[in-house]
Amino acid sequence: MGAPTIVADGVGKRFQLHHRRATSLKERLLLHRQSSSEGFWALREVDLEIGAGQTVGLIGPNGSGKSTLLKVLSGILAPTTGTVAVRGRVASLLELGAGFNGELTGRENVYLNAAILGLPRRETERYFDDIVAFAELEPFIDNQVKHYSSGQYVRLGFAVAVHVSPDILLIDEVLAVGDESFQRKCLNKIAEFQQRGCTILFVTHALDLIPRICSRGVVLDHGRVLHDGDPVEAAERLRSLLGTGADQSGGAAAGTDRPKVAAVRLFDPASGAAKGHFRGGEAMAVELDVAAPAGSAPVAVRMAVTGPADVPMWVMDSEPLHPGPDGTATVRFTVKELPQIKGIYALAVAVRDPASNVTYDARRFGEAFLAAGDTATGVLEVVWTAEQVEHQVQP
Amino acid sequence: MVQAQSAADARAAAQSRVRLELLTELVRKDLKVKYKNSALGFIWSLANPLLYLAVFTLVFDKLLKNGIEAFPVLFMSGFLVWNFFNLATLSGTGSVVGNANLVRKVRFPRVVLPLSSVGFAGVHFVLQLGVLLALLLVFYRDAFGAQLVLLVPALAVVVVFATAMALLSSALNVRFRDVEHLLEVILLAWFWLTPIVYPVTYIRDNLAGSSPWLFRLYMANPMTGVVTAMQRAIYVHPVADGRQILPSGGYGFYLTWLGVAGVIALVLLAAGLWTFRRLQADFAEEL
Repeated sequence: MGAPTIVADGVGKRFQLHHRRATSLKERLLLHRQSSSEGFWALREVDLEIGAGQTVGLIGPNGSGKSTLLKVLSGILAPTTGTVAVRGRVASLLELGAGFNGELTGRENVYLNAAILGLPRRETERYFDDIVAFAELEPFIDNQVKHYSSGQYVRLGFAVAVHVSPDILLIDEVLAVGDESFQRKCLNKIAEFQQRGCTILFVTHALDLIPRICSRGVVLDHGRVLHDGDPVEAAERLRSLLGTGADQSGGAAAGTDRPKVAAVRLFDPASGAAKGHFRGGEAMAVELDVAAPAGSAPVAVRMAVTGPADVPMWVMDSEPLHPGPDGTATVRFTVKELPQIKGIYALAVAVRDPASNVTYDARRFGEAFLAAGDTATGVLEVVWTAEQVEHQVQP
Repeated sequence: MVQAQSAADARAAAQSRVRLELLTELVRKDLKVKYKNSALGFIWSLANPLLYLAVFTLVFDKLLKNGIEAFPVLFMSGFLVWNFFNLATLSGTGSVVGNANLVRKVRFPRVVLPLSSVGFAGVHFVLQLGVLLALLLVFYRDAFGAQLVLLVPALAVVVVFATAMALLSSALNVRFRDVEHLLEVILLAWFWLTPIVYPVTYIRDNLAGSSPWLFRLYMANPMTGVVTAMQRAIYVHPVADGRQILPSGGYGFYLTWLGVAGVIALVLLAAGLWTFRRLQADFAEEL
C-alpha cells in the first residue's frame, strides 16, 4: 500500500430538508425568517484512508450514503463536518455522459466533455481515435448525440472518462449499464487501471464483483462505516445486514397441503457452529427443514449450489425422507471438502415426490454462503503452471 | 525548493490553460447549440439590433422628431454595448441552474459557467460591433478618428462589470430562483435610466441647475459611464446650434465617469467572486 491518496477524516454530511425553506426572494420576504434546523445526516463520522493503488468496493443498502460519500470525496459536495484530502487527478464517473448536449455531435461532445473533465485539448486530439474506437462509435461519431441509443450514450461517456488518465477513479454503479460485452470491456479497463497503479473506489450492488476485483471492501449503513477490510467479509456483512434469507419463494405446486421448504442452515459439521463463510477445502454442512402435512408420504430434496448468474455448480439429491408424526423432516447434506471456488453462492432447493419427481415446493436462498480462496482471480482455483515453450528452429 | 516552486508554477499555468480551454469549449457549445437548427444562423443575432434600430429610429427620430443629427449612430453606439451587458447578465444568471446536471455530477471549476455566458455575449458583441464599424465606414466616415481609442477603456469597464453581475446573479439564482425574473424587470428599468435612446444632455439640462446631486447619481450608473464614453468614441460631437447632444467636446468628462464606473465594477467583481465562492459549495445540493 502506497501513501494515502484519499483521506477522509470524521466526514459528516447533513442535508437540509428544504420544505420549510424559502426558495425565492418573494417567499423569503413574505415568510420572514424560518428556522431550518431540520436536517438529515447522510454521512456520519466517516474515517477512510485509501492508499495509492488500492481498489476498494463500497457497498451498502439503498440510502446508506454511498453516492453521497463519492460526491464528497470527488469534491462535488462539501462535507458538513470533517475534512477530505485527495491527492492526484480524480475522475468521478457518477453518471456517464453527464454534460453531454443532445444537440451536439458525438465528436463535439467528446471535446466538450473532455474539457469539463480537465483534459487539455491537445491530449483530447491525441486520444480522440482511441476514445471513439473504445466506444465503438466510428460510424456515428458525427451524428447528434440525441439520436444515440442509451447504450451508445453511456459507452461514449465511459470512453471519455477513462481516457482522462486519472490517478483516482470514483465509480458509482455505472457498470450496471450497457450490454455484457461492454461491461466486460469496462472491467478490463478497470483491471488495466489497477495494473497502472490507479486508485479505484467504486460503488456496486453486484456483490460477486467485490471479491473478484477489490482488495478491500467498505460497508456503509445509515451513513456510518460498518466494516472496512476484507472484501469477502464485507460482502458477507452486507448480506447479513440485508437479511438475505429466502429471497424468492413460490414454486411449482405450492399449496397448503403440500410439503414445503421451511428453513435452511449452514454450519461447520465439526463444531456445529453456524457459518456463512467457507474456504476451499473446508467441510460444509447444510441442513434443510421440510414441513409437510401430518402423515405425508415420503419426500425427496434436491439442492443445487448456484454461482454467478445462477449457473448450477453442483447438485445434491437426498434419499426419500419420512416425515415424523408432526409432518416435519430434516435432511443434512455434508460437503466433506469444498472445492476451490470463490465468490458468493446461492442455494436452490426443491422438495419433490420421490416416485413421480413432481416438485411440491422450490425456493432459492440467495447469497447463502461465501467461499474464498487465497489467490487467483476468477470463480475457480485451479492448479496450473506457465512456462515458455522453446520453438525448434528448422534448419 | 526552487525546482519545486517552478514545478508548482508550471502546474498552475497548465491548470489555468485547461480552464481557458474549458471556457472556450463552453462558449463554442452555447453558440453551436443556439444556431445549430436555424438556417440563417448567425445572421439572426445581427438582425436583432438592426430591428431595434429600425423601431427606435421610427419612433424617436421620425415620429417624435427629436431632431438629433445621425440618430441611428448615436443610438447604436450605446445600444450594442448595452445589449452585450444585458445578454451577459441574463444568460449568466441562468448559467449554473441551466447546467444543473453537470454541476450535480461532475467536478469542475463552477466559475467557468457564468464566465462562459460573458464570453457568449462577447462573441455576439464583437461581431455586431464589426458590422457597425463596417456600416460606419460607408455612411459615417467621421467616426474614424483618434476618439475611437475611447472604446478600449469603455469596453474594459463593461466586461468587468458584466462579469461581476453574471457571477453575482448566477450564484444568487441558485438559492433564489426568482432572481432571474426580477432581473429582467430591473434591466428594463435600467435600460431607460441609461442614456441610450435619448442624449445624456437632456438629463443634464433638466437636473444640473436644480439638483446637481441627482445628476451625479444618474451618472454614477456604471452603464451610463460606459454608454456615454461609447457615444463619444463613435458619435461625432456636433458643434451644431441649439441643443448639445453630447455633454462635452473634450475627454475629461467621459474619462472621469468611466473611472467611477470602473471602480464600482471592480468592487462589484470582488463582491461577485466572494459570493460565488461562498455559495458554490452548496450548488450541487441546492440544484
